[in-house]
Amino acid sequence: MSDILLSIQGLTKAYPGVVANDTVSFDIGVGEVHALLGENGAGKSTLVKMIYGLVKPDSGQMLLRGQPFAPPEPRAARADGIAMVFQHFSLFDALSVAENIALGMEDPPPMRDLSRRIREVSETYGLPLDPYRTVGDLSAGERQRVEIIRCLLQYPRLLIMDEPTSVLTPQEVDILFQTLQKLQSEGTSILYISHKLEEIRKLCDTATILRLGQNVGTCVPAETTARDMAEMMVGTSLQTPERSGRALGDVALDISGLSVPSPSAFGTSLKKVHLTVRKGEILGIGGVAGNGQDELLGVLSGEISTPSDAVMLAGAPVGRLGPTARRKLGLLAAPEERLGHAAAPDMSLTENALLTGAVREKLENRGFLRWGAAQGFAERIIEAFDVRTPGPANAARSLSGGNLQKFVIGREVLQDPEVLVVNQPTWGVDAAAAAAIRQALLDLAAKGAAVICISQDLDELMEISDSFAALNEGRLSAHKDTAGLTVDEIGLMMGGAHGMEVAHV
Amino acid sequence: MIRLEKRPQSSHTWSMATPLVAVLATMIFGGALFGILGTNPLTAIRTIFFEPLFGEFAFYYRPQLLVKGAPLVLIAIGLSLGFRAGIWNIGAEGQYIIGALVGAGIALAFYPLDAWFVFPLMIIGGAAGGMAWAMIPALLKVRFGTNEILVSLMLVYVAEQFLASMALGLMKNPEGFGFPGSRNLQEYESAHNAELITGTGMHLGVVFALIAVIFAYVLLNRHMLGFQIRLTGDAPRAARFAGVKPARLILFCLGASGALAGLAGLFEVSGPAGQVNIDFNVGYGFTAIIVAFLGRLHPVGILLAGGLMALTYIGGEIAQGQLGLPSAAIQVFQGMLLFFLLALDLLTNYRFRLTRGEVA
Amino acid sequence: MDLSAINPVLLIASLMVAATPLLLAAIGELVVEKAGVLNLGVEGMMIVGAISGFAISVETGSPYLGFLCAAIGGAVLSLLFVILTQYALANQVASGLALTLFGLGISSLMGQSYVGIKPPATGEIWLPILSDLPVIGPIFFQHDPILYFGIALVAAVWVLLKYSRFGLILRAVGENHDAAHALGYKVVRVRTLAILFGGACAGLGGAYISLIRVPQWTEGMTAGVGWIALALVVFASWKPWRALIGAYLFGGITVLQLNLQAAGVAIPVEYLAMSPYLITILVLVILSADKSSAPAALGRIFHASN
Repeated sequence: MSDILLSIQGLTKAYPGVVANDTVSFDIGVGEVHALLGENGAGKSTLVKMIYGLVKPDSGQMLLRGQPFAPPEPRAARADGIAMVFQHFSLFDALSVAENIALGMEDPPPMRDLSRRIREVSETYGLPLDPYRTVGDLSAGERQRVEIIRCLLQYPRLLIMDEPTSVLTPQEVDILFQTLQKLQSEGTSILYISHKLEEIRKLCDTATILRLGQNVGTCVPAETTARDMAEMMVGTSLQTPERSGRALGDVALDISGLSVPSPSAFGTSLKKVHLTVRKGEILGIGGVAGNGQDELLGVLSGEISTPSDAVMLAGAPVGRLGPTARRKLGLLAAPEERLGHAAAPDMSLTENALLTGAVREKLENRGFLRWGAAQGFAERIIEAFDVRTPGPANAARSLSGGNLQKFVIGREVLQDPEVLVVNQPTWGVDAAAAAAIRQALLDLAAKGAAVICISQDLDELMEISDSFAALNEGRLSAHKDTAGLTVDEIGLMMGGAHGMEVAHV
Repeated sequence: MIRLEKRPQSSHTWSMATPLVAVLATMIFGGALFGILGTNPLTAIRTIFFEPLFGEFAFYYRPQLLVKGAPLVLIAIGLSLGFRAGIWNIGAEGQYIIGALVGAGIALAFYPLDAWFVFPLMIIGGAAGGMAWAMIPALLKVRFGTNEILVSLMLVYVAEQFLASMALGLMKNPEGFGFPGSRNLQEYESAHNAELITGTGMHLGVVFALIAVIFAYVLLNRHMLGFQIRLTGDAPRAARFAGVKPARLILFCLGASGALAGLAGLFEVSGPAGQVNIDFNVGYGFTAIIVAFLGRLHPVGILLAGGLMALTYIGGEIAQGQLGLPSAAIQVFQGMLLFFLLALDLLTNYRFRLTRGEVA
Repeated sequence: MDLSAINPVLLIASLMVAATPLLLAAIGELVVEKAGVLNLGVEGMMIVGAISGFAISVETGSPYLGFLCAAIGGAVLSLLFVILTQYALANQVASGLALTLFGLGISSLMGQSYVGIKPPATGEIWLPILSDLPVIGPIFFQHDPILYFGIALVAAVWVLLKYSRFGLILRAVGENHDAAHALGYKVVRVRTLAILFGGACAGLGGAYISLIRVPQWTEGMTAGVGWIALALVVFASWKPWRALIGAYLFGGITVLQLNLQAAGVAIPVEYLAMSPYLITILVLVILSADKSSAPAALGRIFHASN
């Protein structure tokens, strides 16, 4: 490991108003698994995009095996042996596995040969995959395999992985780690981006920690405590949310045996879902993305209509009611997608406050809007949830992800819901804001509301929820008390390794 | 190097300035076009934009501004509601024809009865006819998910054939010596959409257009339905989350725009045009699309844009007579305006930024 | 009324002629939509192609030069659409409408001195033996070369989309432009090429109307064929061969209603003339239930921001 594969020297990249990377330097050795650790917005993505040729640095340079390296585009980076597994946005749903893989290669062989090689490589590395299947029908874990195999077929010297475990069950993570270790033993270097400390300690040789675009330190993860790394990453010690003992009340919301087809072509249908949540309870719903989370939220918010008595709110059937009627009864929701679903990007915060607040906050009067009241409500959200914005007249899309998320959650919490459903409440939000959001949910439950928190972040669910259930291919597991639940149990509730047990590395 | 960068929020200043800059650019390039056609560009621009307002015969042309502007504004107001919500009714021309046919049909059915209720009935019939025609794409979209753009447009051709059939058949003037076309409604007192004040061009259609502007303004800025229209246009998924029923919105937007286009047709056939004939429709339904965009889909903007577009129609006719400028040149001129407007709209949501030389 | 005056062989032969402008325009638009772009300006590009081809043919006496210039004319107009939608990031629906309105205007301006003129004849191919065959000869082997070119183009597009690398990239861009960009493909460049190809095809289709099908120049002579071509792409579920079937179906309806008019059927001419448009609506209704084969990024604006 004494050989240096890629040397990053003083890379700087600034965007209007923010320096994404500020003279970042570090080296990646041959056959090394190097972690790039940092919070959301620390500049990890920008850095790897520069290595992969998607973004050009403002200054600084890179050396690949001692030679200057400045890929003008991803094609050039790939030609030099750099491969990248993206977290999002790089697969084509309507195309087959083989076509998707061909698109990621410079000079793909004819389809039939390519399919054969896909089978070979996928079996060698324990990642079974059928080249002729349509990608849109695959599970999140399988989709990631497509990306990994796409990279492996080019025999990369450096494999960049961006938050690869966020879409995997714990069992699938183990299998991925075995694959990565096999690659490492063959001399491939891996740049592993994550904010999950435990897995970095398990897998990585070296870690570089970024904070606000700067390299704040390098360490050997195996020899550093998770707490030390966390403090380097965040800068200050964090407040963990307070959780006071709560008495559970009557059943607030109940779904029994609900099956609903997904409204979208590549969505997941819900199958015989049973769900009960009591007043004062936080029910955490885990599961890998794309297992029916959006559909479950839609069923609860009223966007997807169901048989009337399939969804019972405090004993009354609400299945057929639309979102507005449900809000009137106190069932509120905050979807995952902030821009475009929870909020309208080009509309002001006042208008976005009106979006869900019209009924409960009495922002309309016989169809006519009360703009003054709407602005007042927006200002209250901004104030109570510390949303950083010049004022309620600003467009939703001008806010940073974390601030908009605080606004969206705050908008629902301030309406005093009886039942609040949130999906991925802290996704892409910095640690301080995430802690504030979790605290708000806990406070809400302490006041006697029922909260359903759908999330892919297991740590988050363990931290705030009283009981836990997992979504797997549209089925919801039985609820269990979070106290005393082990990672293995959770993993099995999430569907284990999704048929990957057959694979042996 | 120049880079394009999305603004954190759209620029209010550019939103107001774009139409003006677009008009200016169109004057320059349109002038160049007229130059190529052998007309002095300055004279042509002056003839089109100033002659109707301040020229020797302005007393004749100024009323024409209202006559031509009213249908444009009426139709464009309706279209703008749908366009804001991403519902594209581009068949206003057809709804305009059907509105006129129903209205004229009512008049001809009562002819020669002299009664106060004939004209109000025609107004209701005109609106209902246009609305019914627009409901075809609306219902098909709601029920089957059919593309409303193509259906509403196809129905323009159907309506044109229908118009021809009426002008040559059922509604043909029995005393018309075999010429195509219906009786002249201007000569049928009870059905005539006469000028309210003689010599001003002010007829009932102008009044309705102004009412439509005010109505649309209140709807969009003060009412929940208007908010839902804007919300659907910005983020359809967020609209559904907010509780908007897409089907209701589609029916409302298409229905309202159809009714307004039908009204425009009714006022035209019973007033300035006077009769149902093969060449009754002159493309107001399509020009109104330009008016709607030029007015930035804003009621007040549409009022101004409608006036401007009416000006180019009248100015174009004068230029045709005085300078021999072909009428198609005006059509090109109007199309050009829409082009510049759409292109310059970029500046509302994006800005150009100079970046330092790239590190190779 | 005399239905026996309708000769089935001639009917089929003329159906193929009537279908060709539709086919050319539709296959071009199909490629454009596969790349994720909705260009509603087909009608405008067709009419500009119609006059460009007509004018050049009359001036030079060569119909082939005319067709070439029609393709160029359509492509030049589509270049405006490229500027609006790919560089100025304008709404594609509005830009397409603008293109049609502008195209209708500019074509009638260009065509002022060409009204009432007869264009040079394009001529038909003549294959010994084959063309002489009864029934089969007139149907398959006695047409102008452009008609065969249209069919060949369908085959070429099919092969390109299904088997070529460029076709795969084009489909990928139409499916998910962000992913294509992340992989390093030039989204705007691919789309620009597709739009120009669509413009050239629409131009050819327009010229086919003014040079062969009618053949003369009148204002607005495309009369909605461009819009029907758009509907045809939906009908075809974005599959080239289905576009061919669809074009022949529509061509058949057009020719049949013309024949019925000529045969003096008791239905008024206007109602027969409506039929292609009404049937287009009907077909849209039947087929719009299934949108699953539509390119996922169709009509969405791409801007390569980080």
